[in-house]
Formats: sequence, structure tokens, C-alpha cells
Amino acid sequence: MVWAESVPRVWRERAKKYRLLGGKCPACGSVVYPHRQVCPYCGSEGLQLVELPRKGRVISYTVIRHPPSDFVGKEPYVVAIVELEGGARVLAQLTDVKPEEVREGMEVEAVFRRYREQSPDGIIEYGIKFRPAH
Amino acid sequence: MKFSMNVGIAGYGAYVPIYRIRAAEVARVWGSGEEEPVREKSVPGLDEDSLTMAYEAAREALEMSGVERSEVGAVLVGSESPPYAVKPSATVIAEALGLTPRVVAIDMEFACKAGTTAMILAAGLVASGAIKHGLAIGTDNAQARPGDELEYTAGAGAAAYLVSGDGDRLLAVLEYAYSYVTDTPDFWRREGERYPRHAYRFTGAPAYFNHIVGAAKGLMEEAGLKPSDFDYVVFHQPNVKFPLRAAQMLGFKPEQVKPGLLSGEIGNTYAAASLIGLARVLDAAKPNQRILVVSFGSGAGSDAISLVTTENVGKKKSSLERLLSRKVYVDYGLYAKMKGILRVA
Ligand SMILES: [Zn+2]
Repeated sequence: MVWAESVPRVWRERAKKYRLLGGKCPACGSVVYPHRQVCPYCGSEGLQLVELPRKGRVISYTVIRHPPSDFVGKEPYVVAIVELEGGARVLAQLTDVKPEEVREGMEVEAVFRRYREQSPDGIIEYGIKFRPAH
Repeated sequence: MKFSMNVGIAGYGAYVPIYRIRAAEVARVWGSGEEEPVREKSVPGLDEDSLTMAYEAAREALEMSGVERSEVGAVLVGSESPPYAVKPSATVIAEALGLTPRVVAIDMEFACKAGTTAMILAAGLVASGAIKHGLAIGTDNAQARPGDELEYTAGAGAAAYLVSGDGDRLLAVLEYAYSYVTDTPDFWRREGERYPRHAYRFTGAPAYFNHIVGAAKGLMEEAGLKPSDFDYVVFHQPNVKFPLRAAQMLGFKPEQVKPGLLSGEIGNTYAAASLIGLARVLDAAKPNQRILVVSFGSGAGSDAISLVTTENVGKKKSSLERLLSRKVYVDYGLYAKMKGILRVA
């Protein structure tokens, strides 16, 4: 896969990538990430914008050993589904950890890191990752 | 300088990456007949830079203060290693902290001194009544030419201070500040050059010691204070020896210096160095103690700042001790990859 350089995409997504802004359903109380208009659990509208807790645990994960071209040089790295306190689930990279050290149930906390450089003279994309909480 | 109203620190944060390289490992590759200037230094991970470290320290400072985001009027980022040559780090940090758009945001550069100058300017904005609270940050991922003696010490870290005029929130009051600068060509990096150069004959007496001593003495004379009036003193720390020698020259005892002296464990974190030292001291300080902080930046200048702690100090601590104890050692090969000395594609 070759990543298409897109500055407008990065700009549009910055709030969602930089901050754990989720939605809380007024009807069923579910918390989802990222924020959206319609609750995926009950179909209600008008989800409230909430800043999510920064701590959670790894629900499942996969080790990327053959990354897409824009992540070459970063392998091996881990992509995980993290369940935050309160229940919202976030798909994100883990950092400051070796793949063989990752476990399901591992406690993690959010950090702000570099995700990719679009090219040596292109923009740098930043966003939320998770590291072990110990 | 004395600020016209009560201004001080309502929260602080420090950040040091998890990775370390031992000076002995650098010496293994490049050889050295001399004693190493530090035991080990911090190394940023592949996905870290001065901006991400600044964010972590600033988030901690903001959380410790309990200040509402909408009331933070300034984000001043002092660094000599921003990820972009042109495009501010301050806007990304402000956006990620949820402080945009109504905020004064600026990147500042003065080698290792920009962090303390950010603190003085934030205090000025607060004391003038222009803003209620401001964030002052020092952050660096220091670069050194492979094999250069600076490579033993060029570290990575950040510290951030929430400067405030809200008396009930303050955990330390900024008493006095004194800046001392001259045109001294001890260290520089030209546009487009990857690594800095330095003039050895200038790194000691005319640069570091002249400015540190000048600023510290200037502050003490203006404020009517003497070394024994301070419980702690934190100097810029390019290695372990220089701050101890500066203390001796000024009449401070090693016990006043050592609590805030971290260069032996994390190296020289440049614009963050004296401010991480101050965070260490604030984590240990008791109410009504006096602290002197003196930065040094090549080019050259020093800021001396004296602070007095309040009853609020120690109620909350930074995560610094935890970050200092969490260490993963890397060898020179992995270090070279992390520092971008080895490049892929
Ligand atoms: Zn629902």
C-alpha cells in the first residue's frame, strides 16, 4: 500500500487524532470513540462530546512485521484495541514496549507521539498511542 | 526584575523518555581516554521529538494545576530542536491540549536557555494582567555529531510550568528574576546544518561560568539574598562537574545542588535541563523553602529565578521519579537508529 500524501486529511482529523474525544449516548449510556452522531448500539442521535479517560487495557493486538510503505523502519510494532476506563474502545499503536512483552489485559495509558512523516519534506502526523502504564 | 504582583507556579510536569544509553557504550564505539562526563543519558524513542515530549510535560502541568483550559492564555515553547524548521510546535501542543484558538502561542529559541526565558515572559504576561495563566515549556532532543564529545551528554527531555497569578493555586511564588546575556560564540548551528559546532575554549570560563555566576550574583545583589538563604539551587547541567563547580564559585554547598542535579542519569536535556532539575526539587520541597534556578544557553546567557514554596507544595508530585526509574538500555546501533543517525529509506 502506498500512502497518498494529504494535508487536508490530517488537518480535518487533528482533533480526533490528538485528543481522546468520544461520544456518550444519552439513551443507552454507551461511550464510543471517536465521537459520531448516531449511537452504534441503539441508534439514538445526539451523542454528547466527552473527553475520555487516558487509561485502559489491551483487549487484543497484532504485531506488524511487514508495514505499509509509510511505516517502513518502524517495524516491528504493535496495533491494539484498547478498552478505556468507561468502556470506549480505541484502535491505536502501542509504544515503548517490545512486541513480545504485550499481553491481553495489559494496563496502558495514552501518550502523544509521531505517527508518520508523509515524506522527508512533507508534514509530520501526530496522534495518540498507548504505552504500558507501570 | 521583580514582578508587580504575586505570580508563581500552579502546576508543573516533567518528561524523560524510557530509553538510556550508557556513556561507556558511546566510549566503546568512539573511544575515549578521558573520564565520561555523565554515567548515562536519555534517548528519545523513534516516535518522539521535542514536540511530543513538551506535550507530555505540559499536560501534566495543566492537570496538576486544575486550571480550566479556557483560562490558559499562553503557550510558550522554548527549544533548539523543533521538528520543523518552519511551522510552530506551540500550535500543535495547544491544539492537542485543547487550548486553541484563543491563546498566545510561540516557539522560542536560545540554545539551552529558552525554557527559563519562557517562564519569565509568561510571568510578565500574568503579572501585567494580560492573561490569567500561561504555560512555559523547555524541551529538547539534543543533537550531536557522532563521535563529538557532546555525544556523551546530548539527551532528551521536557519540563513545563503553569504560571499563574491565582494566589490560592500557587505552590511556589516567583520572587525575582535576573537575566545576564552577552554575544559569546561558544556553540552554534547554521541553517541547514545537521549538527552544531562548538568552540572548546569558550565552553568553560567565558561562557558557562561567566553567565551563570553573573546572573546568580546579579539576582542575589538585587534581591538582598545570599547563598545561605536558599534551600536548593539548580544550575544548567551540561555535565555533572560544571554545576558543582559553579556552586563552589558562588558559595553554595553541594547539598544545595545535588537534589536538582540529574545530568549524570539523563545527560544534558538543553532547554529542559534546569527546569527538570527544578521539578525534582519541587517534588521534594517543603513549604516556605527558597529555590534558585540558573539556566545557561550558549550564544550566550543565563536567567536566574528565585522562588519561594507555599503551603501547596508537595500536595501533588510530578511523574518524574517514575520516569527516571523506568529505563530500557539501548546499544549504540539502536541509539543511532533512534537519533536518526542511521536513516532508513
Ligand atoms: Zn445508545
